[in-house]
Amino acid sequence: MSVTAPNVFDARPSGRVSAFLRRLRSGDEIAYVVTLTCALTILAITALLVFELYANSGQARHKFGWSFLTTSTWDPVVEQFGALPFIYGTVVTSALALLLGIPLGVGAAIFLAELAPTRISNALTFLIELLAAVPSVIFGLLGIFILVPALISLEPAIRAVLGWTPLFSGPFYGVSMLSAGVVLSVMIVPFIISISREVILAVPTEQREGALALGATKWETTWDVVIPFARKGIMGSIFLALARSLGETMAVTMVIGNEPKIHQSLFAPGYSIAAIIANEFAEAPGELYRGALIELGLVLFGLTIVINGLARMLVVSTTKKGAS
Amino acid sequence: MTRRIFIVSAALAAALTMGVASAQQVLINAGGATFPYPMYSKWFDEYHKKFSNIAINYASIGSGGGIAQVTAGTVDFGASDGPMTDMQLKDFQDKRGSAILHFPTVLGAVVPTYNIPGVTGSLNFTAEALAGIFLGKITKWDDPELTKANPGIKLPSNNIVVVHRSDGSGTTYVWVDYLSKISKEWETKVGKATSVNWPVGLGGKGNEGVSGSVQQTANSVGYVELIYAVQNKMTYGKVKNVAGEFVQASLASVTAAAAGMKDMPEDFRVSITNAPGKGVYPISSFTWLLIPSKIADPAKKKAIKDFLTWMLADGQKMTEALSYAQLPKAVVAKEVKTIDKIQ
Repeated sequence: MSVTAPNVFDARPSGRVSAFLRRLRSGDEIAYVVTLTCALTILAITALLVFELYANSGQARHKFGWSFLTTSTWDPVVEQFGALPFIYGTVVTSALALLLGIPLGVGAAIFLAELAPTRISNALTFLIELLAAVPSVIFGLLGIFILVPALISLEPAIRAVLGWTPLFSGPFYGVSMLSAGVVLSVMIVPFIISISREVILAVPTEQREGALALGATKWETTWDVVIPFARKGIMGSIFLALARSLGETMAVTMVIGNEPKIHQSLFAPGYSIAAIIANEFAEAPGELYRGALIELGLVLFGLTIVINGLARMLVVSTTKKGAS
Repeated sequence: MTRRIFIVSAALAAALTMGVASAQQVLINAGGATFPYPMYSKWFDEYHKKFSNIAINYASIGSGGGIAQVTAGTVDFGASDGPMTDMQLKDFQDKRGSAILHFPTVLGAVVPTYNIPGVTGSLNFTAEALAGIFLGKITKWDDPELTKANPGIKLPSNNIVVVHRSDGSGTTYVWVDYLSKISKEWETKVGKATSVNWPVGLGGKGNEGVSGSVQQTANSVGYVELIYAVQNKMTYGKVKNVAGEFVQASLASVTAAAAGMKDMPEDFRVSITNAPGKGVYPISSFTWLLIPSKIADPAKKKAIKDFLTWMLADGQKMTEALSYAQLPKAVVAKEVKTIDKIQ
């Protein structure tokens, strides 16, 4: 049908209108308008979100100015608010989650895509994708009732190996930035595995055959040819994982200890931006208090942009270095 | 054939009754406090069974949300674990042109819960001990303030780990309201609100977060709602009251706290923590429905007034099954009179 349709139009005298009609009939124009509308809708939602966050945090922004970002007191009784401990907790737990999650996720993706038999690979991938659908409150409950006791029993071992660094000093109560980082890493791993596996599978077979023909071993082919080829997609999966961990709320608040203070040690409790918003928003009386919480949302938005920007710059610079 | 006629007539009859019912259907929206939610949902359900044309839809969005929504006029009435402040009442007056009436519905209490290896019984806490622990002044379990109150119990010389609620909550409000009354230092340094700047301690989300942290952390102490402690069979401490007795929280000792308030104000906006009297558990509190004094829709007005009357009579008999303490008789009598103020 679609093949014969243009021929009919071709017989007529051509003009702008008929060309437009032709493309309209073959679906190009409709598809353009529909997809453009979709893209603009997403942009509009994002813009509206930022506008609402900005507008509703007016009183807090006016009162605290930039000191909101640099002070550490959070006292709802006297309405003194500073965001620094929350920014710190968010960054530290997400960094820890990535540190643990990236090797685990990429490693598993390589195995599933390159080394495992297809049948096993498909079955495992299905299970891993199920993991991504588990509600975060379940991760939080598992965290507080299983992971935290496990970490408490592992504490002497961790201390024996890493206790000399300030990162693993001080008392350990189980709920801590360490626990939050570990729970987050479990939550983001399915994203990294699932997307990275697809990307690795999409690498053309000719790339592998070429490397093998040049005498590379299976592992050399994977590591030196396939992974660099798929790097952009793998990075994409990591960005998605990062976004998830920065914004995670329930699972974090249940294991992080919720103490708005900055501690160097990962054994110490902390607090994250998403966690305090979820904790205090429902019961926040007064415009200034609510405004401060909304401003935290704005800060999280900005933080995500900054971190993503930095990560992208890192990718660009490493790609240039290793460019073929 | 007869069967088909039967079905058709049944459907017709159903449609007719629905039509009749919907003609006088009253749908009331309410929202607020989460603490009394199990009780309210039971009441609204029972009331709907009794009067099928009246449906009350309650969203447990938190006390702050309840106050905000009733002020914005998006719900017909609100509910809160803390009374509205004078400023909030004025705000309501400015926006809606009427007053808010507070109706106490049930009573709750907050209890100290702890996990000390080797200690299984119920510990005694003085007011000074609780304030000291939560201020970070009393740091060890064998502090004289604690050993003095617990003769015969061997308390270890371990550091105390404090656990508090991280989410804004009426439970926290009642707890710090009590601490503010018994400790000048708490009142000036920390104060009272649904969330405060805690001098020490870890934050757990919700009752389950606090109890989870307490259970897993040796030598810890936290606070949870009485109902949560009872339903989960947790051990909790006795607290010394104004009369000098160490009292375990129970439905009776919580009701006694409300009965002990001799000078109940006209608007019921009163804190009953640290209430005087014998047998009183000192960390108790009312929870309130927030009813506008002017309700424009006559059907809604009648339904709300009827519900309040029913809640204060039959409704009160259902409280104990759900572990809520019921209102003292004097308070009920006073509330019944207040219903007439709704116009």
